[in-house]
Amino acid sequence: MATATAAQAETPSPESGAIPNVSKDELLKFYREMLLIRRFEEKAGQLYGMGLIGGFCHLYIGQEAVVVGLEAAAEEGDKRVTSYRDHGHMLACGMEARGVMAELTGRSGGYSRGKGGSMHMFSKERHFYGGHGIVAAQVPIGAGLAFADRYLGNGRVTFAYFGDGAANQGQVYESYNMAQLWSLPVVFVIENNQYAMGTSVKRSTMSRTYWERGAAYGISGEEVDGMDVLAVKAAGERAVAHCRSGAGPYILEVKTYRYRGHSMSDPAKYRTREEVQKMKEERDPIEHVRALLLTGNHATEDELKAIDREIKEIVNDSAEFAKESPEPDVAELWTDVVA
Amino acid sequence: MATNILMPALSPTMEEGTLARWLKKEGDAVKSGDILAEIETDKATMEFEAVDEGTLGRILVPEGTEGVKVNAPIAVLLAEGEDASAAPAPAQADTTPMPAVLAGPEGKTEATAGDATPTPAPIPAEPKAPVTPDYPEGTATRTMTVREALREAMSEEMRRDETVFLMGEEVGEYQGAYKISQGMLDEFGAKRVIDTPITEHGFAGIAVGAAFGGLRPIVEFMTFNFAMQAIDHLINSAAKTLYMSGGQMGCPIVFRGPNGAAARVGAQHSQDYAAWYMQVPGLKVVMPYSAADAKGLMKTAIRDPNPVIFLENEILYGRSFEVPEMDEFTIPFGKAKIERAGSDVTLVSFGIGMTYALQAAEELAKDGIDAEVINLRSLRPMDLPTVIESVKKTNRCVTIEEGWPQGSVGNYIGSQIMQQAFDHLDAPVISLTGKDVPMPYAANLEKLALVTVPEVIEAVRHVTYR
Repeated sequence: MATATAAQAETPSPESGAIPNVSKDELLKFYREMLLIRRFEEKAGQLYGMGLIGGFCHLYIGQEAVVVGLEAAAEEGDKRVTSYRDHGHMLACGMEARGVMAELTGRSGGYSRGKGGSMHMFSKERHFYGGHGIVAAQVPIGAGLAFADRYLGNGRVTFAYFGDGAANQGQVYESYNMAQLWSLPVVFVIENNQYAMGTSVKRSTMSRTYWERGAAYGISGEEVDGMDVLAVKAAGERAVAHCRSGAGPYILEVKTYRYRGHSMSDPAKYRTREEVQKMKEERDPIEHVRALLLTGNHATEDELKAIDREIKEIVNDSAEFAKESPEPDVAELWTDVVA
Repeated sequence: MATNILMPALSPTMEEGTLARWLKKEGDAVKSGDILAEIETDKATMEFEAVDEGTLGRILVPEGTEGVKVNAPIAVLLAEGEDASAAPAPAQADTTPMPAVLAGPEGKTEATAGDATPTPAPIPAEPKAPVTPDYPEGTATRTMTVREALREAMSEEMRRDETVFLMGEEVGEYQGAYKISQGMLDEFGAKRVIDTPITEHGFAGIAVGAAFGGLRPIVEFMTFNFAMQAIDHLINSAAKTLYMSGGQMGCPIVFRGPNGAAARVGAQHSQDYAAWYMQVPGLKVVMPYSAADAKGLMKTAIRDPNPVIFLENEILYGRSFEVPEMDEFTIPFGKAKIERAGSDVTLVSFGIGMTYALQAAEELAKDGIDAEVINLRSLRPMDLPTVIESVKKTNRCVTIEEGWPQGSVGNYIGSQIMQQAFDHLDAPVISLTGKDVPMPYAANLEKLALVTVPEVIEAVRHVTYR
């Protein structure tokens, strides 16, 4: 039985009506957190262009509301795991910008001491379990983290994030099957940014309502407007309550959009400049919250500018740290192979 | 005319079984499909159906008889009009074997081949003297099968540590496809002995996640051939994460199950993965030969903070060995065992390869060639110093394994000997492997595809010039 609580989110306008159940402080927090991700990613893009970051680097710009909204629904001790587009998730769960940026530059100050890189970062302390480079591998891993929590009976919930591309991998459905069979407390979060690298949803499946695929396994779920952080938070709370009650997994298909290419080396020829521009102008998740703050008289332009400066400071500091942090000692080549 | 009903082979590796119960008695009419008897194999109790019609003339093997060899006559089936007195003595009877059309643990349909003479797999020779003892001299021992040893090791560790659990296909209610986990569901309950759907990729990933989340999973693959569906999680998720996380996140997990050829299960169920997994940093890879190896290495594997690939062998499951009676019997990884001391040539093997090595050593001894036989047991880490020391003494080496030749375990050992003991070699190292073909089904071809004792003997003669 799948509950069809789909909040059909075609294009809810950012200015539409009153702010539901959200305090000024929370709005400011969302603004700050989303802005941190955006400025961080812009800086990472710059450093990549300067050759300070190598390899693959997948930016999260445009998708900020997804992870910020869901983190607002999480409790301390809840776990999260995601793909290689992971910088936003790390910042949102409280990992330090310095440590993330220094990992991007491959320095000893990075979360993996320079040995993981953009796609492979972890923080046991912040319950962030990666950072996985193999599309969809994080989905059964997320179910497994939830398996451990259920086994230990600690009441924790795991968020397993994956994209619309990963949603076509077989192991996702193997995970759905066992997660429901064993009532695992895992929220499967499909970040549907509409492009699996260069292949649009339309060109990759005839079954385009991803969350409904859970019905085959009896998993409840819903679609969420991923450009609206408040809608994401509300859906996240429903999902978490479902999981924490012992009712098993829940699926959130969060409709979102990435402004940048798949990775830094992607010219994004598969979509028009106009399409991207339209999303930026009409649906930007940060502008949405900014408008709510200003129109609701929760903050002044000056106050928001002060936040902008503060965020810029954090990001610049992380970039400086990431440049100055030394490369790992050559002896590190041989450490951490086995415990 | 009267025909003999023969003891059926009810699994690929069955050599003998117990005739548990007759469901027909002498004089009963038998129709095709009737259940004649219940037969216990080392894996399960199976019903044995009649194929031909007639009357059950004489029962030759009474119920309750243990150790009935496959293809031994167990009853006489009379054709219409014959009576029991006309039944031929077993020895003269037509030995039309009764094909058993029953599903094995993996849903394979198994049948005794028409005129297959059962050829017991080579029996290993008694080792002369273990040079590096795993337990103090004088420790009491108990005879047990490899299967029992594995079960005992897992059960002991599950009693010791609540976070250890077993998951896999048919490990619980079915009591294990190969009966390794028999009785464990009863003792530990469904929370800790978990039947999975047939979904290797998914449950391997879930187990890795559970290990990241603080548990110590033991994942049983019904065979390592099926682990190819899951290998991304074994390598990319389990083996590499400690390194990628700068030492933050380990993955304490055991992937275990039968590996390599069983008997007559064809190309897709017969691959030996030793060389594949041995190549991967971040994994530990072991392949026990004896029951003591199995027990001591399994306990070490479960306690190890790293992902361990534990390669078992279906043919060895039913073999019996001495296992020490100790509260805490573990065998460290990376410690080879000299199963037989010798001076003329070093034979290096592991797992089922040891049966060929030890049997060849026994044969060679009759001709005055004294072979030293090293049981590697652990492939990563590998106890190369023991191999190198031995080669410095014997100046000759033959490696034996069932896997394929290109990129074999033996290739690696040979290259290491060349680099570390070149001046000690009196002959090139020979790496004996399985043949460079997918495993054939035909009995004669399968035997040729694996390593044989005569091949080991020939290789030794070649390197010793005798």
